[in-house]
Amino acid sequence: MQYKILSKDSLAGFVEALSKEYTVYAPKRDKKVPNKMVWKVLEADETPTFEFVNTEMSPKDFVFPQSECMMRFKAEGKEAMVLKPVEMDTERRVLLNVRPCDAKGLSFMDMIFCQDEQTNDVYWRDKRERTVMIGLACNNPCPSCFCLEANCGPHHEAGLDILMVDLGVNLLVKPLTERGKSIAASLPDAEAGEPERAAIIKRHAEDAMKKTFSTERVEQRSLMELYNLPYWERVCETCINCGTCTFVCPTCHCFDIQDEMPANGDTGRRVRNWDYCMAPLFTLHTSGHNPRGKKVARVRQRFMHKYKYIPMKRGGEVGCVGCGRCVRLCPVNIDIRDVINAMNAPDATAEGREV
Amino acid sequence: MLNPYLPYPVRISDVRVETEDKTLRTFEFEFLHEKDAKAFAYHPGQFAELSIPGVGESPIGIASSPTEGNKLLFTVFRAGSVTSKLHGMKVGDVMGVRGPMGNWYPLDQNEGKNLVIIAGGYAVTTLRSTMVWLQDPKNRSRFGEIDFIYGARTPGMLLYRDEMEAWQNKGGVRCHVTVDREFPDWNGLTGFVPAVVERLAPKPDNAIALVCGPPVMIKFTQPVLDKCGWKSDQIFLSLENRMKCGIGICGRCNVGHQYVCKDGPVFSKAELDELPVEY
Repeated sequence: MQYKILSKDSLAGFVEALSKEYTVYAPKRDKKVPNKMVWKVLEADETPTFEFVNTEMSPKDFVFPQSECMMRFKAEGKEAMVLKPVEMDTERRVLLNVRPCDAKGLSFMDMIFCQDEQTNDVYWRDKRERTVMIGLACNNPCPSCFCLEANCGPHHEAGLDILMVDLGVNLLVKPLTERGKSIAASLPDAEAGEPERAAIIKRHAEDAMKKTFSTERVEQRSLMELYNLPYWERVCETCINCGTCTFVCPTCHCFDIQDEMPANGDTGRRVRNWDYCMAPLFTLHTSGHNPRGKKVARVRQRFMHKYKYIPMKRGGEVGCVGCGRCVRLCPVNIDIRDVINAMNAPDATAEGREV
Repeated sequence: MLNPYLPYPVRISDVRVETEDKTLRTFEFEFLHEKDAKAFAYHPGQFAELSIPGVGESPIGIASSPTEGNKLLFTVFRAGSVTSKLHGMKVGDVMGVRGPMGNWYPLDQNEGKNLVIIAGGYAVTTLRSTMVWLQDPKNRSRFGEIDFIYGARTPGMLLYRDEMEAWQNKGGVRCHVTVDREFPDWNGLTGFVPAVVERLAPKPDNAIALVCGPPVMIKFTQPVLDKCGWKSDQIFLSLENRMKCGIGICGRCNVGHQYVCKDGPVFSKAELDELPVEY
C-alpha cells in the first residue's frame, strides 16, 4: 500500500483538480443552525471542515434519494399510457470527508440493492458507480457512537475509495481502490513514520469508545425466542412510531412506489419514496388485514431486522453501522444500545444496560 | 442493463367475468414484443406485478400454466385502486406486467409422489396454474394420484368450474369442490375447506400438500393435516403480503428474515414454524 500525503494548505488545489471532473460535496456547517452539519457542494474557494461530529442526515440520499423518479408515462392513442424509462442523472460526484460509518452504510446497502440478476437495482447501482468516496477517519468519536460494536470502526475502510487520516497539519491519504489510486496519484508519498502516527491515532480513537453492548447472545438466541421477549412491550410504550431513526439511518432502505398523475395531464411518473417499517400503513393489505397492525410488532420489527433478521440472511452482517444518529435524534430517547442489551440479557425480561 | 422495475408492455386479449357478483375477472394478456414473452418464463406458483401506468402496481398470482403456450392469465379480485381500474379496462387496452416473481411449488423435487392440493376462495388462481401444468402428459406421468380440494362461499363464487369438470374426468384426479352451506342448485359438498379436509382425511404416505387460501383457512387447515399425520416438511403454503418492489429490497413483505416476494411466496410449513406469524 502506497500512502500519500496531502497538506491542508494544498487542499484547495486538490479540490479544484477534483472539481474539473466531479461535483465535490462535503459536510458543511448549516448557516442557520451552527452545530448542524449538512452535505453541500464545496465551492472552488472553500476549505472543508475537519472538526465535526457527523452530518445530521447520512449521505445515503446521494445514491438512494428520498424521492426518485423511476419512469415516466405518456398518453398515446385513446387512453393507453406508454412507459418512458427515465433518463438517469449523469452527475459524477465526490463525497469528501465522508465518515467511515456512512461509507460502510453504503457498502452494506450494495448487498441489499444488488443481490443478483433478479435484484439488480439499476437506479442504485448507477449512482453508486458515479460517486467517489473519500473518507475522513474519525479521531474523536462522540458518546453516541458505537461503530465498533456494529462491526465497523472509526477508521473503517469498507465502501471507500480513499481513507484520509487527519494528522494535524497534514492528511495521510490511503488509496483503497483503483479509482482512489488514480485520484491520489499526483500527491507526494507519505514520509516514514506518518502511517505509524495514523495507527496510533486510530488506536486512541478506538480506546476512547466505551463498549456499550454485546450481541453475543443475540446471535445465539433463536429468532422466535427474541421475537417473544416481553421487553418489546416496554420499548413500545415509549416509541411514537415517528420514523426519525429510520430516515437518519445510513442502512435503512425501505421504500414505497407510487404513481403520480396530474389531473387532466397526459404525462405522469412513477416515483419511489423512503418509507419506514414502523408506519401503520406499511404492511396493511388491501383487504384490511395487517400482519403488523399493533405498534409493538412494528417497533420490534426495526430492532429485530437490524440485529437478527439481517445477520441471519446476510452471513452475520448487522444492519447497523453504529453512527449513533438514531440515539441522538430520537425524540423520546430510545437508545438502540439499550434495546440490543436487553435482547442480549440472560434474563428475557431484563431492561437493558445500566447507565 | 436490465431494469427490474420496468414492466413489459402487454395488451389485454380477453376478459372473462368469473363470479356472479362480478368481483372476479380473468384477464388474458399478450406481450407486445415476442422477446418479452420469452423473457417471462415462469413456473406454477409464481406471481407478477400488474402495472397500470398512472395508477400503480398490484401483485397477482399467475393463473395460467407455462404449458399453455403464450397464454398469460390473471384472475383478479376487484379490491383497490389498481384492480378497480383493471376491471374497467377492455380488450385491446395496453398496460404492463412485471415479473415473474418469487419461487414456486416444489413439484420437480417431489416426483413420484401423490399430491393433495387445497385451495380456498380466489387463492385458487395459482393452483389452477399447477393443475393445468399437471394435466400436461409430460408432467402427469411424473406424479401419483391428485386430490384437489377447493372451496368457495357460494356456487356462484367458484372459479374455473368447467375446467374442474374436465380435470375430474381424467385419470387419477379427484376434485372435491365445496361451498360454505347448502344452496338450492348445488349437489356437491358443503362445509368449510378444513372440515372437508378432515372428512377426506388424505393420507400423508409418499405425498405432499400444496395449500393456498385466506389466512383463516390456512390457520384451520394446518391442525387438520397434523391430525391426519402430515409432517411439516410435506406441506407447502403460499403466502400473501403487501409488496411493492417484488424483488426483495423494499422490506414491506418481510416475515422474520424472509421476503415473501423473493424467498416465497411458497414456504414449507417447516419453514413457517420457525417464523413469526406476520402474514
